[in-house]
Formats: sequence, C-alpha cells, structure tokens
Amino acid sequence: MMRFLGGIFAAGLALAIWQAIVSLTDVPRFILPPPALVFETWIANRALIWEHTLATATEIALGLLIGAALGMATALTLASSAFARVTMRPILVFTQALPVFALAPILTLWLGFGMGSKIAMAVLIIYFPITSAFFDGLMRTPPGFLDLAKTMGASSRATLWRIRVPAALPSLGSGLRLAAVYAPIGAVIGEWVGSSQGLGYLMLLANGRAKTDLMFAALFTLGLLSILLYLLVNWATLTYLRRHSPGI
Amino acid sequence: MTVAPAIRFAGSATHGAVPLFSRMDLTLEAGRWTCLLGVSGVGKTTILRMIAGLETGAAFDGVIAPEDGAPLAGRVAYMAQSDLLLPWATVRENVGLGARLRGEPADSARVDALIAEVGLEAHAEKKPNALSGGQKQRVALGRTLMEDREVILLDEPFSALDARTRADMQELAHRLLAGRTVLLVTHDPGEAARLADKIVVMTEAGTTEVAPPAAPAPRAVDDPEYLDAQARLFTLLRAG
Repeated sequence: MMRFLGGIFAAGLALAIWQAIVSLTDVPRFILPPPALVFETWIANRALIWEHTLATATEIALGLLIGAALGMATALTLASSAFARVTMRPILVFTQALPVFALAPILTLWLGFGMGSKIAMAVLIIYFPITSAFFDGLMRTPPGFLDLAKTMGASSRATLWRIRVPAALPSLGSGLRLAAVYAPIGAVIGEWVGSSQGLGYLMLLANGRAKTDLMFAALFTLGLLSILLYLLVNWATLTYLRRHSPGI
Repeated sequence: MTVAPAIRFAGSATHGAVPLFSRMDLTLEAGRWTCLLGVSGVGKTTILRMIAGLETGAAFDGVIAPEDGAPLAGRVAYMAQSDLLLPWATVRENVGLGARLRGEPADSARVDALIAEVGLEAHAEKKPNALSGGQKQRVALGRTLMEDREVILLDEPFSALDARTRADMQELAHRLLAGRTVLLVTHDPGEAARLADKIVVMTEAGTTEVAPPAAPAPRAVDDPEYLDAQARLFTLLRAG
C-alpha cells in the first residue's frame, strides 16, 4: 500500500513539474504539450491508439512466447551437453556483441514491413537474457541434490528434468521478468525501421506531422503497456514459484 | 534386503600435492554401526564420500570394497547434514524420489508405510518448508530407508538439530537402520558414544580405535559408562 501511494505521489509530482515547465517557459505546444492537452488527445484518439496498441501488444506477446521457448530450449541443450557448451557458447557470446538494433533494417528487408520483422526483433532482444538466466540456474543446482541423485542411481536425463530444471525455475523467472521489460523495446524498434501499424509507427507519424500531443499519448500508452506486461509476468512467475517451490 | 556386508576402506589420499590421510585402514563391520569421530576438516567426510562414490576432488590410492566380493555400486544410501529435501516436492514425493529418478514405479504402499514409520502420516502432502528441522530429517530418513540399501552412510545427519530432537532422531534411526552396515561420520563425542558398535577417532596424527560402552546402542543418556566414554572421546579429540 505504501508503495502504491508512493507511486501515485511520484506520478503527481512528475505531472506538476511538467505543467510548471510548460507554464513558466511558455514553450510552444508542438515542442512540449501540457499534460492536460496530452490527456485530451489521448481520449479523443482512443480508437486510433487502441488499434495500434493491439498491433504492438500482439508483436510483444508473440515475441515473448517464441523468444522464451527458444531461450529455454537453448539453455536446456547447453546444460545437458558439454559439446554444446563448447561449440555454441562462443557463438552466443559473439551474437550478443552485435547490437540487436543494428539488425532491425536487415530483419525488415528479410521479413518485410509486416509483423514478422517486429516479432523477430522482440525474439532476438529477449532470447539471450532468457537463455543466460535459465542456463545459469541449471548449472547452479545445489550440489547436495546432485550427490543424492548420484547415490540413488539416477540417469542424467531424470536428474535434469526432476532436479535441475525445477531448481532452476526461480532463475528462469528472473529471465522472464527481464524479457518482459525488453520485449516492448524490440517491437518498437522494429516499428520505427519500417511498418504501417503499431505504437512505434504512430509515434513516428505523429512526430513527423508535429502532432507532439499525439506522440506523447502514444508514448504513454506504450509505457502503460510495458508496465502492465511486467506486472503480469512478475505476478505469474512469483505466484507459480510460491505455489510450486515454497521456500526455495 | 540381503545380508549387509562388511566394507573395507584402505589406502591413502592426496589433494593436489597435500596428503589428506595415508595408510588409512578402516573396516565397517557387517550389519553394525561404525562411528568415525573427528574434528571438522580432518577428512572424515572425504572418506564417506569416497565410499559413496561421490566427487571429492582428492586422488585416492587404495581399495574400497565389500568383503563379500560383490561390487559396492548400487548398495549404498546416503544421508547428509542438510536434509536435501526437494522444496518443490511433497513429503510423499521426496520419500519416493529414488524410484522416480531411476524411472521405476514408486511403491506407494511402501512409501506410506515408511512415512508412518517415521511418524509423519499427518504431513505426507506437505512441502518441506511447512516442516520443522527434525521433521525434515525424519523425511530424509524415510527417503534413505525407501532406498533399502545394505550400506548406509550418515554424514552428521543429526548435528543441526536441537538436543532433544537429536536424541529422538538418533533412537529412531538406530531402530530403523538395524541390520544394515552403517558408517556415521560425526564430530560429536556423545553421538559416537551413544550409537556406535565400533568407534574410530580420526585426528591429524592418524586413527585410534576406542572401545564403545558395553551396553547395547542406543545407550541411555544417563548411562554412567556412556558418559564416561563420551568424556574419554572428548579428551582424545582435544589432544588432537
């Protein structure tokens, strides 16, 4: 409750400062629109914003699903095979040395202006955090559990699925929470490079026409979408972990 | 369970260039409790882990073999100071863990019987975080019994428990592990004097065998002979 009130207070303070800057400096509306105007624009254009929000949300959701699945599969492969660790890890690290943003134009060239290239961007941007977090968890199984499994004559397959994977779920949860923050960035970058829908597209369009109020409205919608997504993933992972592995 | 074998552990171990112990010759008596008593860091856990076939980081030169000539693999169960219960599994699932890890069907009637044996019928569906330290170690004991191995390796499994719980656990374990070849590694002279059929004190200077009290284990906590043995063991440990 304290945190909730704190958040309300912080938002109110930010709005007050914003309004103060606009009133005191007499800055033109197309540079910095006052908060009330942004809110009016938001209400007036709600159908338009909603349509583009749906597009961006779909890209993010699909990107998250595909990226999480690929990341988890990679982490499992790395964790269960020393050969995979030796061969795949350098490739993974190298791909991380490339800025994902720089790939956006190529992805658009390959996958077109539709949703495919945006989903691919989101996938690329969250793939590594998920792989890395889950893999670390899989490699940090409490050694006592592994000793026990060994004296019990467990196969490495059973040890992986019955001990190492469940013990790594909290790490996977951290990776997913991180991915929820990154995925919207990927989708929006994809939209900036070339698209005909989505909040990123709407922001560019509004900006180009000096409709700064609409741009801010789209930006806040994007922020809201990202926060909601984070809260949802956070709630889902923590609730699952508390129920599944209390006290881990 | 077939007849539990005696186990001979003889040899030397080094950790890199540092000798851990040399010419150790230890026999675990068939179907009896052997206590290896020593201060922390003297290498007793290393010996237990070697018998269990677990990684120790040390190089061992010698022989670890049951005296019946059959291989040791698959005949050993292990219980550590930490209960090693899987936090995401219920008491029942933890007790039946071994079978599931081997891909065998868990004998659920036997799981239930063992849960009852260690006095946790009311807690079978709980997860470990809902149990006390003593209850968790009882689940670990049930899991060890479920494995039904002839050789039981106990690495200070009672040392984290409070005095009363520890005494109860010692009696329960002693009763339920009867007939098996048990190695109990401990730093507690009282525990050795109470439970052992054979006591080996391990110090940096080497090992000394000390005769246990005459009364059958587990000895009563007020047995004068037990108290006397505890005092003698303590003196030996402190002398180093």
